Amino acid sequence: MNIPTGRLAVWWVLVSEIVIFGGLLVSYVMHRLGQPEWAEQAAHTHLWFGATNTFVLLTSSLSAVLAHRAAEEGNGPKAAKLLHLTCLGALTFLIIKSVEWTDEIRSGFTLQDGGFWSYYYTAAGLHAFHVIVGAVIMLWVAASARKNQDLHRVENIGIYWHFVDIVWIFLFPLLYIAK
Amino acid sequence: MAQHSHEAAHVAGASHDAHHHQNWFQKYCWSTDHKMIGMQYMFTGMAMALLGAFMAYVFRMQLAFPGHAVPGFGLVSPGQYNMLITNHGSIMIFWVAMPVLIAGFGNFLIPLMIGADDMVFPRLNRLSYQLFLLSALVLIASLFVQNGGFGGAWTAYPPLSADKHYNLTPWGSSLWLIAVVLEFVAFLLGGINFIVTSMNSRAPGMKAFDVPIVVWTIVIASILFLASVGPLVAGAIMLLFDQLLGTSFFNPTRGGDPVLWQHLFWFFGHPEVYVVMLPAMGIVAEVMTVFARKKLFAYKTVIYTIIATGVLSFFVWAHHQFVAGIDPRMANVFTVTTLLISIPVAEMCFVYIATLYGGSIRLTTPMLWALAFIAEFLIGGVTGIYLGSSGLDVFFHDTYFVVAHFHYTFFPIAIIAVMSGVTFWFPKMFGRQLNEFWGKVHFWGTIIPFNGIFIPLFILGAAGEHRRIFDYSNFEHMSKPWMIDMRIAATVSLVVMLAFQIPFLINFVWSMFKGPKVGKNPWNANTLEWTADSPPPHGNWAVMPEVHRGPYEYSVPGRERDFWPQDEKV
Repeated sequence: MNIPTGRLAVWWVLVSEIVIFGGLLVSYVMHRLGQPEWAEQAAHTHLWFGATNTFVLLTSSLSAVLAHRAAEEGNGPKAAKLLHLTCLGALTFLIIKSVEWTDEIRSGFTLQDGGFWSYYYTAAGLHAFHVIVGAVIMLWVAASARKNQDLHRVENIGIYWHFVDIVWIFLFPLLYIAK
Repeated sequence: MAQHSHEAAHVAGASHDAHHHQNWFQKYCWSTDHKMIGMQYMFTGMAMALLGAFMAYVFRMQLAFPGHAVPGFGLVSPGQYNMLITNHGSIMIFWVAMPVLIAGFGNFLIPLMIGADDMVFPRLNRLSYQLFLLSALVLIASLFVQNGGFGGAWTAYPPLSADKHYNLTPWGSSLWLIAVVLEFVAFLLGGINFIVTSMNSRAPGMKAFDVPIVVWTIVIASILFLASVGPLVAGAIMLLFDQLLGTSFFNPTRGGDPVLWQHLFWFFGHPEVYVVMLPAMGIVAEVMTVFARKKLFAYKTVIYTIIATGVLSFFVWAHHQFVAGIDPRMANVFTVTTLLISIPVAEMCFVYIATLYGGSIRLTTPMLWALAFIAEFLIGGVTGIYLGSSGLDVFFHDTYFVVAHFHYTFFPIAIIAVMSGVTFWFPKMFGRQLNEFWGKVHFWGTIIPFNGIFIPLFILGAAGEHRRIFDYSNFEHMSKPWMIDMRIAATVSLVVMLAFQIPFLINFVWSMFKGPKVGKNPWNANTLEWTADSPPPHGNWAVMPEVHRGPYEYSVPGRERDFWPQDEKV
């Protein structure tokens, strides 16, 4: 096998993550199909908050890709700067999410409020947890990349970040758009 | 394959000598050495096995002599009885079979058998063990909190597990769940390490089909675990939220679905059977070829069989739910897949018997355990055919027939194969030999009472004895004199079996320090671990080995010696 050890491990981590989110989302879809009345509850989600967050998250992946290119060129400080930009995207995502959730909870849609909201907060919350973990690791990778150390890690965290994006691309239509 | 990483490994091998002086804490508590971590897993697993065995002793005494105080425990209340059976099952599967078979043997054997100096991520490996230890401590703590430990069976079906008004253990059930999730995370970290190590750090010359079967089985088991545990991780988070935050995933009164948990649980739970079975099969393959002095019959077929078992194991889970209200058409499908999976498993047993044919068999202690594994596991497998057929399962479901069936699979896996492995690799682990006489006393003292425990349970189960009843004396049709006698026979057998573990423990500890010293290769075996010192130093080899042939070249015609180590040039 000619895949470098670190990258190979990231791919295996993603396999395990795919089945975790897969289990949750398949359960949600099966439930949702059986309960058409959930569509009314789903109509209370804020489509525009979700759409803005999709835009923010996808954009943050661009700087992750650019950081990878900088790392391949051996330009550690530039890669670090671009990774910080991605982290800024993660922070924006989380701020928008917390504003959105605060509004929903104030309107009385809480975790205890039936099946749809249980899935809504749990799935999006698990995803947000991955955003936080990814951002923290990214800051750590950026700190060593700035000193031109361990530049191969820039690509590895980038792969993970794209995965976090892809999960959101599944979550957004399933939770916000599906009627 | 992965030439560049070999060079890295060789450099790393040299650097191990640089920090050779470690204090006690660094060596035993904070080690990144795969052998130390493997043994930590193994010893933790053995300690947990004693705890699980004590629980079995208490509830078997209660079943045989209801209403009498159990020596060493006292009177058993119904709640305590549920707590004991739940935690016995959880401990024996998650804290004994998994850590000893996969993590223990995997950590110890994989780098040694593929000729690497260590795992590719040693610090991740250490973190994996520390998380596992934490999970064990959380589980033990859950037994002592207010209202006692969780009592909803190891399968934790909701609504019983989800609602504290039903299970009456608000602390115990959440701590139990947290312990299980921590344990999963620990094994995910360890499993990724195993897979990547065996893909990227094999010795020069070692092709995929030169890898010993036990490494193959542990790696495929790790992949199975990785690919099946995800839905249960999600399910455990959902159940924890149901318990603590008031969500309604599994609560039917508020739009949830309790059968969903059963799907999530068994989607993991059934591959899990093969996750622990495959490494046991692997250990038996190593031991049998060495002590039959014969090449493994159909090496490649065994590997394809292992892969087939792994793939099929994802399509059998609903055979646990034939009475849970699933669609009968689905029950037919799962009956067929369940019966199909017995084909590769039976094939493995046939391959081992074919390996024995015409060999020069040596009945050492590890070999006795390996032979017993095949014999006893066969009974477990054959009774599985009955339970996999939905028509019969409706009758047998939740009776002691099921209990006896899975103990005839798990006991061979988690105890018999482990004993085979421990007695076989003991010289490599500690550089000393176990006492053969006491090893055989332990063997017969375990195997005979083991059958004495579970054969009566098959009969009682077929007679309709339900598995979750605390005191049968309240049920007239379950308290006939012959039934009471059989319960007592099973319990007495258990006590005898537990008593025979004492010679093993004494033999183990005594031989660790005082047993006769051995050289590198006391069994005249081929695989790479026997070319390292006993016990191997940190970094395993001074000069890293190269591989020239497959692992099972025993009794090759025309050669003076009956074995041919993998690293020997000619």
